[in-house]
Amino acid sequence: MRRTLPIAVVAGVGFFMLIQYFIPREEFETLYEWALDWTMVIGAFAMALGLYSLTNMMLNKVKRKSEGWGFSLVALVGLFLMIFVGLVPHYQESLRYGTLFMDIFEYIYIPIQAAMFSLLAFYIASAAYRAFRARTVLATILLVSAIIIMLRLVPLGPLSAVNQWLVNFILTVPNMAAKRAFWLGVGLGATATALKIMLGIERGYMGRD
Amino acid sequence: MRIKRLFGIGFLPVFLVLCIFLFLQSDFCPAQEVGEVDILEESSTPPPAAPTDVKAVDTPNDNGHSITVTWTLSVDDGAGLGNVVSYEVLRSDAPDGEFEVRGLAPAGEESFEDKGAKEKGDANYLPAGVDFYYKVRAKGDGLFSDSEVSAPAHAYGQWYHTGKTPVVVAVLAFSTFALVFITLARKGKKLYIRPLAGIEAVDEAIGRATEMGKPILYILGLGSADMIATIASFTILSRVAKKVADYQTQILIPCNDPINMAVAQETVRAAYLEAGRPDQYKEENIYYLTSMQFAYVAGVNGIMLREKPATNFYLGKFYAESLLLAETGSLAGSIQISGTDEIAQIPFFVAATDYTLIGEELYAASAYLGKEPILLGTLKGQDWGKAVVMIALILGALAATFNFQFFLNLFRIQL
Amino acid sequence: MSFYERMMNLDRRWVYLVIGVVVVVTAIWSFAVPMYVTPEARSVYDFVDGLVPGEVLMIGVDYAPEVMAELHPMTYAITRQCFAKDAKLLLCCLHQNGPGMVEQVIAQVAEEYDKVNGIDYVYLGYKPYPAITILAMGQNFRIPFPEDYYGTPLDSLPMMRNMTNFDNVKAIINISGGSGTEYWINYANGRYNAKLAIGVTGVMTADYYPFLQSGQIFGLIGGMKGAAEYEYLAEKAGYISREKDQLWASKSMPIQTTTHIVIILFIVIGNVGYFMSKRKK
Repeated sequence: MRRTLPIAVVAGVGFFMLIQYFIPREEFETLYEWALDWTMVIGAFAMALGLYSLTNMMLNKVKRKSEGWGFSLVALVGLFLMIFVGLVPHYQESLRYGTLFMDIFEYIYIPIQAAMFSLLAFYIASAAYRAFRARTVLATILLVSAIIIMLRLVPLGPLSAVNQWLVNFILTVPNMAAKRAFWLGVGLGATATALKIMLGIERGYMGRD
Repeated sequence: MRIKRLFGIGFLPVFLVLCIFLFLQSDFCPAQEVGEVDILEESSTPPPAAPTDVKAVDTPNDNGHSITVTWTLSVDDGAGLGNVVSYEVLRSDAPDGEFEVRGLAPAGEESFEDKGAKEKGDANYLPAGVDFYYKVRAKGDGLFSDSEVSAPAHAYGQWYHTGKTPVVVAVLAFSTFALVFITLARKGKKLYIRPLAGIEAVDEAIGRATEMGKPILYILGLGSADMIATIASFTILSRVAKKVADYQTQILIPCNDPINMAVAQETVRAAYLEAGRPDQYKEENIYYLTSMQFAYVAGVNGIMLREKPATNFYLGKFYAESLLLAETGSLAGSIQISGTDEIAQIPFFVAATDYTLIGEELYAASAYLGKEPILLGTLKGQDWGKAVVMIALILGALAATFNFQFFLNLFRIQL
Repeated sequence: MSFYERMMNLDRRWVYLVIGVVVVVTAIWSFAVPMYVTPEARSVYDFVDGLVPGEVLMIGVDYAPEVMAELHPMTYAITRQCFAKDAKLLLCCLHQNGPGMVEQVIAQVAEEYDKVNGIDYVYLGYKPYPAITILAMGQNFRIPFPEDYYGTPLDSLPMMRNMTNFDNVKAIINISGGSGTEYWINYANGRYNAKLAIGVTGVMTADYYPFLQSGQIFGLIGGMKGAAEYEYLAEKAGYISREKDQLWASKSMPIQTTTHIVIILFIVIGNVGYFMSKRKK
């Protein structure tokens, strides 16, 4: 029963969601929206679970003074500060420009996120240096295409027009064809995986086989 | 046998209950008749001539709260007096009742969809099964002319969306391929699938971690548990966890989503149970970090640099953080196996990790790892599906080139 | 280790240091970069330029602070151009970290052009589950958003009186840093035939050419370069001004140019080291 019931629920709900896609009637639409509402409810409860897990783990680190416990303390303080500031006095008011919540968002959260994202510029450089070696014919084609695309920003005098034409060609012809093939392959793969899950062939998501 | 039992136990009762519920809710409606209208002229200074032939029909392929109104253009629309600016569509629940404006269509337009809300309390509520009467007003230069009132029309929901027929055909064809190859695989037919370097490296990667006495870091990605990539990652995790439990290696799984955390904990616990080592399962190794993208990356990077895992798995849905994770893992000296269906991130994984599963290879990984005939059968079915798609693409390109509309229309989908 | 092997295995910290120095130096000693405007960015600009006073443009802002360097300039430029044309704006946000982004743009730009909330623009706010929200907006904006971001019922906003759904907006421009764009394409354009253009990060740009080619989107602004192209066109027409420091993406172009040159040089160095050490063996 422990194994059969989850599979039965997945199969039943999965097939219903598949069938309702083809039936435009209001009743099916209502059931679909109801299912999505339940997803949100489960997500909200799961967030509480996640919050408990995170707080528990960080508190243990602080208690035991494990390696890096100071960072856990900072994380806990930040977590509860934002919750408090966002809910007090009235949660909708806190979303307005100029409130403490928005100030923390604009002057702490945004710069931190932007700083993390900006690391990508350095990592791209080191990854490109390490990986873009003309080892094979295909690797060479990749390398040359990447350089042509990167050169579109560089003033090359009379060669700029040629480079722009090449960039446009690469993006709108081979790139577009390859992306279309990716989308098709991923779409078919997702359909096959969904079918396997609905038929109970694929059961890894249950946590056991 | 398993599939039959599944249908018998689970699917049929659920489906029957749903059918009964829907039958009690529904009302079946007869076909809708439409009528014709005559021209009605307004007097005084020349207003634009009224549109003619106003017809109202239920909007097809909808949820039953929409009526489509069509008309023949006013003779003064783009010709004659040339003073039609727009058409106003009016509705009433009686032919001689008060008409309210439902919307505007610009000059040159010959149809309008009166879309209503389905909730009773909504100001825009359009009840199904209730007759409505329409007239169309040609407007211009501050003057207008009204058409004759149309025959009554009422909205009703359809049982089948005809615009999605190509999708039905595709799903049935695809499922047929999959089932045929599953049957062949069960009968013992050997199915060849090309080797994937990333999959073949999994055992070696886990072995490396065991020899070095270092943990394995498994990242499920930033997708939620309902995404196919995340589900594919869970199925791979279940197989990796079995090996990890057998080899008694530590596995760390920092999660981006609490639901993913719950599933991962259950997966790994079951693996340790199956390996006969339940006491070695450590729940504190599988935890929720944060849902914020770059905060999660910062956390995982910290784990990589502190714990120095021997092997990193990045399998699931990844976005801009993919390169940050991969480069930091490379800095930490880990062997890295990645896989995502997020097309934009694949180049970064290819450049920065040792092995990459591209797109659908991630979905196929569980079949490769388990080598079960049924899973291999679905892979082959998928390949045949792709072959059909390729043929359709070639034929479609030829049809578009020579304007063979009949073939092209077979693939048009109305959402 | 031979010289060529050292070239091939340079410590990555040297790479980071050179990139850092180049970025800082270019930021201090900037230079003008010639701008080549792509047809896909131009088509978005031309469309917005063709708006007449009173027409409504919808902007779906679906990005978080980390990608604001690429996408914020687009949002600013389009918003300024719209207000300069006296067109009206309807904004919404489908990314959980995005509401602050929209608030930042609209508060600042509305003040510049003396535009009034509820009359010249409406900001619907944020809702989760993009697919459901877009499908609902296609029927009636009031279904997912009975009130605007500030808690005012939509029916009491003068601008929303004749606005029901996507049929009442001239076009939708979705500016997104994630997978939200696919929902706009599938539902807003696929289901409701809304005219749609997109602005995405540089990394995502290449993915959306199939949709441009098929006509599902009429324009594509790709990354910071696309934003710089848009700013170039907007500056030429006088909608934004360099003196008022309104050209963010354009300011970053010299830095992007020099960084790309440095990356190309490193790739060349790595390959030279690879081939020379192979030859030596």
